[in-house]
Amino acid sequence: MIELGLAALSRALADGEFSSVELTQAYLQQIAQENSDLNAYVTVCEELALSQARAADEARSQGNAGPLTGIPIAHKDLFCTQGIRTACGSKMLDNFIAPYNATVVENFIKAGSVTLGKTNMDEFAMGSSNETSFYGPVKNPWDRSLVPGGSSGGSAAAVAARLCAGATATDTGGSIRQPASFTGITGLKPTYGRVSRWGMVAFASSLDQAGTMTQSAEDAAMMLNVMAGLDLKDSTSSDTAAEDYTKDLDKPLAGLKIGIPTQHFSEGLNADVEKCIREAIAEFEKLGATVKEVSLDNSHLSVSAYYVIAPAEASANLSRYDGVRYGYRCKDPVNLEDMYKRTRSEGFGTEVKRRIMVGTYALSAGYYDAYYIKAQKIRRLIKNDFQKAFEEVDVIMGPTSPHTAFAIGSKNDDPVTMYLEDIYTIAVNLAGLPGMSIPAGLVNGLPVGLQIVGKDFAEAQLLNVAHKFQQATDWHEKSPVK
Amino acid sequence: MSIELGDVENIAHLARLDLTGKEKEEAASSMSNILNLIDQMQSVNTDDVAPLAHAFDTAQRLREDKVTETDQRDELQKIAPEAEDGLFLVPKVIE
Repeated sequence: MIELGLAALSRALADGEFSSVELTQAYLQQIAQENSDLNAYVTVCEELALSQARAADEARSQGNAGPLTGIPIAHKDLFCTQGIRTACGSKMLDNFIAPYNATVVENFIKAGSVTLGKTNMDEFAMGSSNETSFYGPVKNPWDRSLVPGGSSGGSAAAVAARLCAGATATDTGGSIRQPASFTGITGLKPTYGRVSRWGMVAFASSLDQAGTMTQSAEDAAMMLNVMAGLDLKDSTSSDTAAEDYTKDLDKPLAGLKIGIPTQHFSEGLNADVEKCIREAIAEFEKLGATVKEVSLDNSHLSVSAYYVIAPAEASANLSRYDGVRYGYRCKDPVNLEDMYKRTRSEGFGTEVKRRIMVGTYALSAGYYDAYYIKAQKIRRLIKNDFQKAFEEVDVIMGPTSPHTAFAIGSKNDDPVTMYLEDIYTIAVNLAGLPGMSIPAGLVNGLPVGLQIVGKDFAEAQLLNVAHKFQQATDWHEKSPVK
Repeated sequence: MSIELGDVENIAHLARLDLTGKEKEEAASSMSNILNLIDQMQSVNTDDVAPLAHAFDTAQRLREDKVTETDQRDELQKIAPEAEDGLFLVPKVIE
């Protein structure tokens, strides 16, 4: 049963083919068998999961079941979970047990879902390979010598290896879409503000957005239905009304206008990946869509602007880790400054310290205008490019990543090499737009992801576009599980 | 733009980080590489462009000025490294 996607599981539970307890046990068994090698979960909540599953079965027997009731899911380990450690991939939070649930977590509890555990991730979501985690790298289920992508590598690997029906994740510069691409699953990053950030450990507050990791677009729509909506606890939560994201899934694509950015098919893109992407786009033409080239003139500057804005926001957000109120504190501090400095130096890993340093530099006296204000100006140019393109097209498509998953340890010498991993995804966060990655082919047996970017709050349309493709193709059904 | 060891020490202090000698050297080199990447921004003239701080340029939502939170002090202090009588304990600040 665990090979089924979330939507199929929901129907099977409703039809009484098996119970949530049976399903949860099957996942727990698979986790017990696979996780010691894959390292996708950092915490498995066996007792909690089984008690939630029993409650879900009970609710169903009383006629109180919704679409997500009894569905076993996993949360990226940066969503606060009351009573369960939220470590965010960091030694700094290795002992942190939040006294409350994130809004996203609370929403899934209300929907009757089962929490299997918390998934591994790059430390504070800073990374593109899941190698910066304090808990060690996650392995890619397709080839265990490869990375699963990051920062939501644990959630991606858990879905791909069928260790959960779906998982929550977050995306600040590509952290949902790139791992989804590397592991052959469907990743959705909603519009900024669509899903509440309350109770999510903050990285870069103007870019962070929670989303989903699932087998299919239909599964993603069902999860988003639970997650989306206004939350007054998050001052940047949008008051644009949430929709039923499953309602447009089957709309025909005739007349859909697809934009192909010239800049995403240039130097650096692997030729075999390009072939998969072009074939996927041709499939959309068969479904009635039209394709035209668009230009995102400033997209080559997105990584540069991002590596000012994201570290600047991170350096401010991570100043809260001072050893006073929660988390790690160094041993025997001699004075306050010693406590701050040693707590932070011992608690943070190399990449996190590096980004705090870059952000502190960009915000420091004398450099603020040259770096931070300049980056914000570039951010506007990038947003303008998308707005111009969306005057002519409905969605924008291209590769999620320039290549397939790479070897663990192969890109750690120069941080810039790793930063350029997100070259096609970062601009979407800077502009606040919704984006997806869906499986679109295999190159040498490894998954390739197609990125689809939509207009503000056009999640229903993105999911419709992805779903129709998945009705016509079977790339999303390819699985590394024998 | 290249970052010298002195710059690294200054930034580390501002960020309240204590780096070892080896970490400082690594930071100088990797930050120089990152700043070279960032400096590509300077290739575009942005004199007439207004900075965009937030994707949707929206104003902060306001709420009525009334108490909405309950007292959770004890709950929140349970996870503190050191707390006593409702206070967070830190090393002595004033002699």
